[in-house]
Amino acid sequence: MKNFAVHRIYAMLGKEFIQMRRDRTTLAMLIGIPLMQLFLFGYAINMVPRHLPSALIVTDSGPFSDSIVSALANSSYFDIGHTTYSRPAARRLLAQNRVAFVIEIPANFSHDVVRGAGPSILVEADATDPAASSYAVAALNGLATSALRDDLKGPLAARAPQAPAFNVIVHSLYNPEANTQYNVVPGLLGIILTMTMVMATSISLTRERERGTFENLLAMPTRPFEIMVGKITPNIFVGAFQAALILGVAKWIFHVPMLGSFGLLAIAATIFITALLGVGYTISTVATNQMQAMQMTFFFLMPSILLSGFAFPFRGMPFWAQWIGEALPITHFLRIVRGILLKGNGWIEIWPDIWPMVLFLFVAGTVAVTRFRQTLD
Amino acid sequence: MSGQPVAKPGRKPGGGMAIDVKGLTKRFGKKVAVNAVDIAVPEGQVWGFLGPNGSGKTTTIRMLCGLLHADAGEGTCLGYDLRKEADAIKRETGYMTQKFSFWEDLTIRENLEFVARVYGLSGVRRLVDETLEKLGLTARQNQLAGELSGGWKQRMALAACTLHGPKLLLLDEPTAGVDPKARRDFWDEIHKLADGGITVLVSTHYMDEAERCDKIVFISSGVIVARGTVAEIVKASGLITYTVEGEGARQLADRLRGQRGIEFVSFFGALLHVSGYDRALLESALAPYRSDGKLIITETVSSLEDVFIQLQQQAGA
Ligand SMILES: Nc1ncnc2c1ncn2[C@@H]1O[C@H](COP(=O)(O)OP(=O)(O)O)[C@@H](O)[C@H]1O
Ligand SMILES: [Mg+2]
Repeated sequence: MKNFAVHRIYAMLGKEFIQMRRDRTTLAMLIGIPLMQLFLFGYAINMVPRHLPSALIVTDSGPFSDSIVSALANSSYFDIGHTTYSRPAARRLLAQNRVAFVIEIPANFSHDVVRGAGPSILVEADATDPAASSYAVAALNGLATSALRDDLKGPLAARAPQAPAFNVIVHSLYNPEANTQYNVVPGLLGIILTMTMVMATSISLTRERERGTFENLLAMPTRPFEIMVGKITPNIFVGAFQAALILGVAKWIFHVPMLGSFGLLAIAATIFITALLGVGYTISTVATNQMQAMQMTFFFLMPSILLSGFAFPFRGMPFWAQWIGEALPITHFLRIVRGILLKGNGWIEIWPDIWPMVLFLFVAGTVAVTRFRQTLD
Repeated sequence: MSGQPVAKPGRKPGGGMAIDVKGLTKRFGKKVAVNAVDIAVPEGQVWGFLGPNGSGKTTTIRMLCGLLHADAGEGTCLGYDLRKEADAIKRETGYMTQKFSFWEDLTIRENLEFVARVYGLSGVRRLVDETLEKLGLTARQNQLAGELSGGWKQRMALAACTLHGPKLLLLDEPTAGVDPKARRDFWDEIHKLADGGITVLVSTHYMDEAERCDKIVFISSGVIVARGTVAEIVKASGLITYTVEGEGARQLADRLRGQRGIEFVSFFGALLHVSGYDRALLESALAPYRSDGKLIITETVSSLEDVFIQLQQQAGA
């Protein structure tokens, strides 16, 4: 028995495209959500945080520590009072979230610089929010070096050009793998698509069922595969539009580099979107009402956000969580997008993440078609 | 317009059965919605499917067109096996659901075009143009189906489910909530289709509609309790009915109700119908009122409605 006929797919597509066009609310949601999220997230990432409260521990009494402290104070990154703290007191401030940094200039710092012993400035950063701390940390190194350039003159000039006269040692507490802004925008592409695509299809059949039109559809010779194609295809276009929108904003507003091939990215995105639509459609074959469909959507969305490497560094997760993450299409899509955009990866590099998505798509599609009940039981 | 259940000659091509099912049963959890139903409808006939709400009409019709799996029973529709050839049955059957089930956010034309394409009909545009013309909806073809009134929705639905030229039409309470004129037109249309050789099974609550059917099946609590032509059903019931008319008939109803030998008392317009199975008991119950000059009491032929009220009452008891 033939499983589909072109004329019926054509009929389904015609119907679905018209209905999508008429459903202004959903359409507005599909375009509004990405814009809103991009705006909110983008605003946060675009902002380089300044005036981060910091606590000083200065046990050195030499001239160089004064230079460094005033350089730090002059930069807009750190807000440093004139007090210096004991180590336990400073730690407490950090734990209480009163300061973002503890900067310690150890005893004999000036002395050791002069001796050429290469002393260290110890910086403890609250890296729970790595985006907030990373700029300041990056700035610190340069600041300290240039602060001492003026001091290291005359007989001490020999210390300046060679190896730095001292080191800045940064301990990133709480979160050893610091994500940066380039991580976020490609990640957002995955999250937004997951959210909107699954949501849009999860109610597709549910709505027909609630309106009673499903009975009519089933009474006609339409087959499960044809109905699925009809329900999914229009959303592929919506997804493509969303992806283009997000990438455009990423490139021209957030200046995320795009080193790799755009065509390759488009192929990967299409596979990813279709896999998501398969998930949404499967939900709609099971859900008995729209509320249930929404709940199931969030049930899928949660691990996609938390276990994909978007919210937390993937390698930092426990083994079981990584295992779940590997099963989600978004995990692979994020790697592909970051790889293509930031590393300029090509087909060979992304293939290990392409096939899991294809596999997922195939499984989701099969489940959807077999889950589809052709009766009202 | 004939109100008589006379099958028109020449309506039975080949004498085959359009619907022939036995022992059809459907359970929802513990509840048996349809219990061992046998229906055999010859090709080209119009059969009425009657029964109170919740008696299993919709469930039976859904099993006939493959929308519900029968828990037990077997048979054929249009010669196709009910269990194995649901797709073939769907292709040649038109099913009009009880609740309007076309797409309210599509226009009338879009709905018809969708149906035409799904069935793979050729010349979709022309076919839809013709259908719209016949329906008298050409001017409103671009209106959303959801904006139509009840009567127009029914007409559009009938047109849509006959577009592919089905051999069997299953209509589930097609005229519920439709005004009398539209109802009459609708039935004229059904008879026209039947004259063209289509077999129709139509569920309804209206007696006048039931009387326009070749045969009637009456279902109650999932069980078929009566079947046949109107005359056969009335005869088989053995019900004897008296009418009472005149001043004071209304008060009489309360006094007669519940008396020995009286099964039920009900009004048909101003006429009071008093029905039972035992003529002697009925006579004696009515005897005291015979002398009342303002009341006229006469024995009459029981109507289909009398029989149905009785059947329904028996099932409910
Ligand atoms: N999907 C269903 N799930 C559970 N019970 C149902 C379902 N459909 C119908 N029923 C029950 O089966 C019985 C028959 O219903 P139905 O066939 O709709 O009656 P009718 O069409 O004669 O009014 C009713 O009691 C109804 O509540
Ligand atoms: Mg019903």
